[in-house]
Amino acid sequence: MGRTHTLRDIAIGCLVVAVLAAIPWMLPGKAFQDFVIRCASMALFATSLNLLVGYTGLSSFGHGLFYGLGTYSFALLMQKTTVSLPLAFLLTLLISAATAVVVGAICIRLRLIYFAFVTLAMQMLAHSVIISWVGLTGGDQGLQGGIPRRVVAGIDLGNQYNLYLFSAAMLVIGLLLMRHIVATTFGTSLRMIRDNETRAAFLGISVWRVKLTVFVLAAVFASVGGMVMSLFVSGAYPELINWPISGDAIFAIVMGGVGSFLGPTVGTMILLLLNDVVTRQTEYYGLALGLIILLFALGLRRGVLDFVTERLGGRPAGGVH
Amino acid sequence: MLQITGLTKRFGGISAISDVTMTFEAGTLTAVIGPNGAGKSTFFNLISGAFRPDAGEVLFKGENITGMNRAAIVRRGIGRAFQVASFFPSMTVVENLMAAIAAHRGQWGDLNHRFPRQGVRARALEVAEMLGLQDSAGVLSANLSHGDQKLLDIALALALEPSMLLLDEPTAGMGPEERWRMIEKVQRLWQVQKLTLAFIEHDMDIVFGISSSIRVLCYGRVLAEGTPAEIRANPAVIEAYLGTPDAEDDL
Repeated sequence: MGRTHTLRDIAIGCLVVAVLAAIPWMLPGKAFQDFVIRCASMALFATSLNLLVGYTGLSSFGHGLFYGLGTYSFALLMQKTTVSLPLAFLLTLLISAATAVVVGAICIRLRLIYFAFVTLAMQMLAHSVIISWVGLTGGDQGLQGGIPRRVVAGIDLGNQYNLYLFSAAMLVIGLLLMRHIVATTFGTSLRMIRDNETRAAFLGISVWRVKLTVFVLAAVFASVGGMVMSLFVSGAYPELINWPISGDAIFAIVMGGVGSFLGPTVGTMILLLLNDVVTRQTEYYGLALGLIILLFALGLRRGVLDFVTERLGGRPAGGVH
Repeated sequence: MLQITGLTKRFGGISAISDVTMTFEAGTLTAVIGPNGAGKSTFFNLISGAFRPDAGEVLFKGENITGMNRAAIVRRGIGRAFQVASFFPSMTVVENLMAAIAAHRGQWGDLNHRFPRQGVRARALEVAEMLGLQDSAGVLSANLSHGDQKLLDIALALALEPSMLLLDEPTAGMGPEERWRMIEKVQRLWQVQKLTLAFIEHDMDIVFGISSSIRVLCYGRVLAEGTPAEIRANPAVIEAYLGTPDAEDDL
């Protein structure tokens, strides 16, 4: 039974990539492709945060640290060393994982609000290091100069359409892997800890090991999102590691729904659409966005996808507390 | 089975449990009674590793388990249920049990296989049946009745195949009839599973009706221990806790 589920998920993933591959032939112009690339990057980031917030009950306010770390590590490795793109990709995953082990070891034993604030503080620390270390990172100007050596196995990721397909593939692979994680027994342990940490411990689960593991996994997926963004903007910028980026991911989760696996992806699409539409109409982007989020929080009292699944007669989505 | 010697726990300057020495023989059904604040729950928390004792020793099947963490004690075979039913509200009854069984089988960190792995569901349904929860296997546990939630709590402890079970007020918050239904299930469980079972209870009809031995705690100390008949006749217990029949008649 388990295997058929996995195969079904993979088939759906392949179908999505195939459909996305076809769309630019019917819909020429860069706007749609740009949108999908940004969505892929942000959705990977938001879904990875939901592993912590929705599935484990760990409200991290500083998850953007790993997204930003992904952009900077990758861009720096490509610019300052001669490693190939796939190797830079793997090294970035390792750097994120190692950083997450250290940050996680400090944070995960803290409860609720303290966990939230210390993760936020960690991100602000990382941001100020990036801003101050002008020689390495370009300071508040960002890391300019582009990403060299973009041709991988004969495919040029400098080409818009190729980057678009690459981003879509990264999103689908990342979502499939995260989907697998939450469907395993480890994924069940996450829900047990969220629901009732004391009981989980009494059943023999090593709570801190599970929390640290999911913290590291989430960091790794966030940094994949960061790398996609780094390829898109050809570098890295301080805004990508500053704390409002963590806020964006939380907005995406809240709007899409913490209780549904694809909630954060749906939320990301809504957030980016709002962003594009609202900034075209008014300069008061923050105000408009704030009102819309209030509407979601007070009106629906859950994310869009949670709302839809409940309306369709499913049981109440599990993630809401 | 379980031997406790000189167990002491202080909170601030107050001794919640002081110098408690008692033994639970294998296969007994023991009631732990005492007035509110006597230290009964603290006593269970010390045995199950929720608190660390300040002094004393806990031997389980001859092994010193004093100061071990909760998971280590559970692995050695002491399961417990809680005064306020403790379970996983976002899961159904069978999911709760499957999660507990998977955890007990050491699969909690498994990132390779989908949940539940082979055999886990069958075992979960088996455990549900032990407590008569098989008909609500698919019910979201948050929506269960209070009594069924208490049963689920016990079932979660049973999922770990304990040889000894500690139940902290299994009948808390129940009406008289529901209490008896609950306690009959507990008693049957004890007989069928051949457990060593200790439970905290305030209803004296239940205590004297089903237990094979009784321990009385008062202000953190052992006031008396013995068979129901011995406890009923013990002058210290009557004075401190049960009261005399005559005194009740005078009222």
